[in-house]
Amino acid sequence: MIQRKLITCTINGNKIQTMVDVRASLTDMLRNDYRLTSVKKGCEVGECGACNVMIDGECFNSCIYLAVWADSKHIRTVESLLGSAGELHPIQQAFVDEGAVQCGYCTPGFIMTALEIVQSGRQYTRDELKKLLSGHLCRCTGYENIVNAVEKAMKGTAQSIPETISRHRPATR
Amino acid sequence: MYNMGAYYEATSVAHAISLLQRHSGPTTKIVAGGSDVLIQMREGKLAGYTLVSIQRLDELRGVYMDDDETLRILPVTSFSHITKHPLIKEYINVLGYAVDQIGSPQIRNIGTIGGNICNGVTSADSASTLLAYDAVVEITGPAGVRRLPITDFYIKAGVVALMPDEVLTAILIPKESYENTHGHYIKYAMRNAMDIATLGCSLNVRLSPDKRAVERVRVGYGVAGPVPMRAKNAEEAGNGRPASMDTVNRAAKAALLDVNPRDSWRASKALRLHLAEELCRRAFTMAITRAGGSL
Amino acid sequence: MHVGQSLPRVDAYDKVTGRAKYTDDLVDKSALIAKVLHAQIAHGLVIKMDIGEALRVPGVVKIVTCFDVPDILFSTAGHPWSTDISHQDVADRMLLNRRVRLYGDDIAAVVAEDEIAASSALRAIRVEYEEYPHVLNPIEAMAPGAPQLHDAFLNNILKQTSAGRGDFEAAIQEPGLIRIEGEYETPMVQHSHLELPVSYAYIESGRIVIVSSTQIPHIVRRVVGQALGMPWGKVRVIKPYIGGGFGNKQDVLYEPLNAYLCQQVGGRLVKLEISREETFFATRVRHADKIRLVSYVRPNGRIVARSCDVYANQGAYASHGHSVTGKTMTAFRQLYHEEKAHRVTGHTVYTNTPAAGAMRGYGVPQAMFAVESHAEDIAAALNLDSLTFRRMNMMPVGFTDDFSKNVNYYDSLNQCIEKGRACIDYDRKRKLYQNQTGPVRRGVGMSLLWYNTAVWPISLEASSCRMVLNQDGSVQVQLGETEIGQGADTAFAQMTADVLGIPFHDVHMISTQDTDITPYGTGAYASRQTYVGGMSIRQTANMLKEKIISYAHELTRMQIYDLDIQNASIIHRPTGNALLSLGELATEALYSLSHSEHFSAEATYQCKTNAYSLGCAFAEVEVDIPLCKITLLNIVNAHDCGRLVNPQLAAAQVHGGMSMGIGYGLSERMLFDEKTGRLLNDNFLDYKLSTVLDHPRLETRFVENYEPTSAFGTKALGEPPAVPVAPAIRNAVLHATGVAINRAPLNPHELFTAFVSAGLIPTEK
Repeated sequence: MIQRKLITCTINGNKIQTMVDVRASLTDMLRNDYRLTSVKKGCEVGECGACNVMIDGECFNSCIYLAVWADSKHIRTVESLLGSAGELHPIQQAFVDEGAVQCGYCTPGFIMTALEIVQSGRQYTRDELKKLLSGHLCRCTGYENIVNAVEKAMKGTAQSIPETISRHRPATR
Repeated sequence: MYNMGAYYEATSVAHAISLLQRHSGPTTKIVAGGSDVLIQMREGKLAGYTLVSIQRLDELRGVYMDDDETLRILPVTSFSHITKHPLIKEYINVLGYAVDQIGSPQIRNIGTIGGNICNGVTSADSASTLLAYDAVVEITGPAGVRRLPITDFYIKAGVVALMPDEVLTAILIPKESYENTHGHYIKYAMRNAMDIATLGCSLNVRLSPDKRAVERVRVGYGVAGPVPMRAKNAEEAGNGRPASMDTVNRAAKAALLDVNPRDSWRASKALRLHLAEELCRRAFTMAITRAGGSL
Repeated sequence: MHVGQSLPRVDAYDKVTGRAKYTDDLVDKSALIAKVLHAQIAHGLVIKMDIGEALRVPGVVKIVTCFDVPDILFSTAGHPWSTDISHQDVADRMLLNRRVRLYGDDIAAVVAEDEIAASSALRAIRVEYEEYPHVLNPIEAMAPGAPQLHDAFLNNILKQTSAGRGDFEAAIQEPGLIRIEGEYETPMVQHSHLELPVSYAYIESGRIVIVSSTQIPHIVRRVVGQALGMPWGKVRVIKPYIGGGFGNKQDVLYEPLNAYLCQQVGGRLVKLEISREETFFATRVRHADKIRLVSYVRPNGRIVARSCDVYANQGAYASHGHSVTGKTMTAFRQLYHEEKAHRVTGHTVYTNTPAAGAMRGYGVPQAMFAVESHAEDIAAALNLDSLTFRRMNMMPVGFTDDFSKNVNYYDSLNQCIEKGRACIDYDRKRKLYQNQTGPVRRGVGMSLLWYNTAVWPISLEASSCRMVLNQDGSVQVQLGETEIGQGADTAFAQMTADVLGIPFHDVHMISTQDTDITPYGTGAYASRQTYVGGMSIRQTANMLKEKIISYAHELTRMQIYDLDIQNASIIHRPTGNALLSLGELATEALYSLSHSEHFSAEATYQCKTNAYSLGCAFAEVEVDIPLCKITLLNIVNAHDCGRLVNPQLAAAQVHGGMSMGIGYGLSERMLFDEKTGRLLNDNFLDYKLSTVLDHPRLETRFVENYEPTSAFGTKALGEPPAVPVAPAIRNAVLHATGVAINRAPLNPHELFTAFVSAGLIPTEK
């Protein structure tokens, strides 16, 4: 008997209620049940970052995150970034403009971390940016143009108001 | 898809303990962040295991100050939240720095400090600092709460003093331990991110009021033996001595009497011994500088 | 003109939005899941396999073992097939092997309803082996009495060849020559493309359809046919977007087994995805080489004679085999030109380790690590400036190779050196960092790069292309040459637009290859695609253009030789008038009541040339001696790859190669347990790819000498950037510390050993 559990969560702005197999990773759920195939599998042990998604404003490798843990969470994948007429988000546009895309397999994961960076509203140094991006492996680009793209997107949004991020409850008593 | 026998989600610490009692057995395991347990399940080591999840126990998240000014770190706090926490930054910044060296940003968002010590591995980046700060672990079981110095918590590689129906519920740093104390952690790894420590050294000092002497130095190591350890000989070589390069060098040499690293395919014993001395030297130098001393 | 502009990639939008579909994104959820059982000994024979318990695992559909598969040996190398038997790749493996030749050899496979059932069944299979002693390195494998892997290859030597020039023995008799010897070792490394090797297969209309993450769909079709003993036309291979290949997917990996498993379950849809761990030991790796170099040099630095012995670790199966070692040997022979004589021998040797195949650089990273480390050692020994020494001996302008007929048309090496040294401020730092003491020291070093383009005259070089004109004047383009992340589709679109005279956005690249539909082409390897693909694009576009102009002549009555297509219009050249748009012409042509015509063109271009692609790298390092750590401070690659089709993508290609070179030089190495032969670091935690924090800024420089043999003036760029980086770093460390480290990667383990023996790290404890 497959053990299932009822969860309620928001995926890319859509509230859903579903019975999930307790054995499923969030990657499994997003790819198989919701066909959000931007969430890629590269190692399945949290080392490559290809499956990176945003949960309540923070980035996680969805391969080592159980689907049942998504209950009550807000999940975002790169599919949520496009405008209604298909216009690219400034981060996506920066990736295109800076030539930060090659095989494209690591790209969605990087873009979600870039979103967390941009949403923070902070301006980071290049070294700080590199540290924030260091949970993603890329074998095509040498990271050079990716860091350029994230830097460009971050600077481009310096003046605009960051999107609201919901966070874990503050950890002070 | 994980090869999981069954999954139970705790809604409170008491519930977690009762779940552990009800499903006790050699193939039942607590999962918090999952960055160790799920990986071992995928590898097949924990295939078919029953998991009791404390991931969603917000009552085990956060960092607080007790009435007696003991720092109370709750075990399901993620590494990134430890690093960002104002109390950590204020009183034990080196711990926040140490856990900021773990894996990657995403791993630091899911991995928990409790998991880091409960898995009993010597390379845990938080452990050497917690040892060097004489942390006390608070364990809750059916019979109530008990406390244990962290040195006694580690039994042997991969084994900690946690009964099958017990949960780690807090890590405590007494005021006496963190007060007027400055530390530094050096993680030695093969690359600058996404790595495990080849050797880790966490060292903290309290200098005399005139900053001329080392009132107290405590040294913790990871990967210098089967479990994280304190380096008592190094500490003795430093305690009460002038805050000088000579003291630093003596302590670094003395550390070699404490450490007992092994030869493994990840690094030779000779390299680890060499590093044990060098890292102690560098961490001690940095800690004295941070404490306001000059060398 | 579109060629020469940094236009955005044609696939960028789909990739940044997550819409680009890779193999696993396309498979239907109903797919059965296949998994492979890997041997747990390094060498031996499977005596017995008990699958009883495994078959009882709920959800298991089928188990096949090494006792069941057809008795057919096949080769997996992604080479063009040769109809000459003596030139064919060595066929030395079966779909599943009873004879185990590496720890992790494929011995059985399970097909199940889901992945948990499949992996549970794998764990329930009981295997009995007869175990043989194993051997992990080529020198030991060649020794008398060593365990033998393949009966037909005595002393495990897959192939041994020699080459030379001049009378070596006579040349070294010259009085006053200084003999300098060095032995250099390169590590076994893995491609580590982010997308796992994955395929799925089903039977439709009596034919097997395989969708696979491959660089070489047309070759996969042939090899699946051969491995299963079925007509090649019964196999259809489809290649969607792929998440990197770097040569690993220039081998036919698990597609034949996937197809076979599909047959065994009545043609049901079966998916076979290889895990990251399996990718490390069960796909392909780069040959680990030991290279011994001896040079006889005059005190002024002129090399008179030199010799080279290459020992390449082939691993358990032949794959690309000695072809790779052959290129190692050629690189040795061609970068430097001694005055009198050289000789080179290469041994490619089977061992009980993962099979070595193609990997970015195809034997040349190994050659350059040895040759360029050795060059630095010679310069140091003779107290010569290392650039002067290189310039005195490197391939001269005007050199023509007898075999390939390649001509070194330009002074590319010197031009690249100038760009690189200026970028890194080489001359000043070279002086500044002399005679340092202290625990932390800096150094600068460099390495030249020799490469060529495509595989002529070793193998067939041909590419086919098809173009179809739409009613609006836009064009679909198909080639057998594949987009694997490098940006080939974008370069092809730029070329097509220029030849046809239409805007870039009117070129629709069909990125997916389907062997039923896509014209034949052998795929992505040998840095060949812009060169050879460019030729077939030029030819095909010209044919299409000719047809269009002929029709325009009918419509306009203007003379054929006066008509042209520019900016999507038919132009009357003498007047410069636009007579009609290409869209108007195409619409008229399709719907004409008097002369209806569907415009398409298809052609094969066979290329019988090759082109040198030369360059260099300069690196600056800081070495923390007590910590045994190198920080790469600055690095620049300079290349002459001919005319740049797309400068931004070209630079991006170089960045990626540099990154791979940094890993090769500093951190990547596959490690084996000597006792069992098991790979120890089969994951991204223990196999040290460089992360973003391990890189400095990656600087790129180009020299654009128009390549006279090329359709668009281009030549190789895919592989060359990965080649010179490791030796440049190694030479910078030598400059910083005076310690010559001859074993890559220069990780802390190597540095510790080297610094202890050099006395830089005291050992009194």
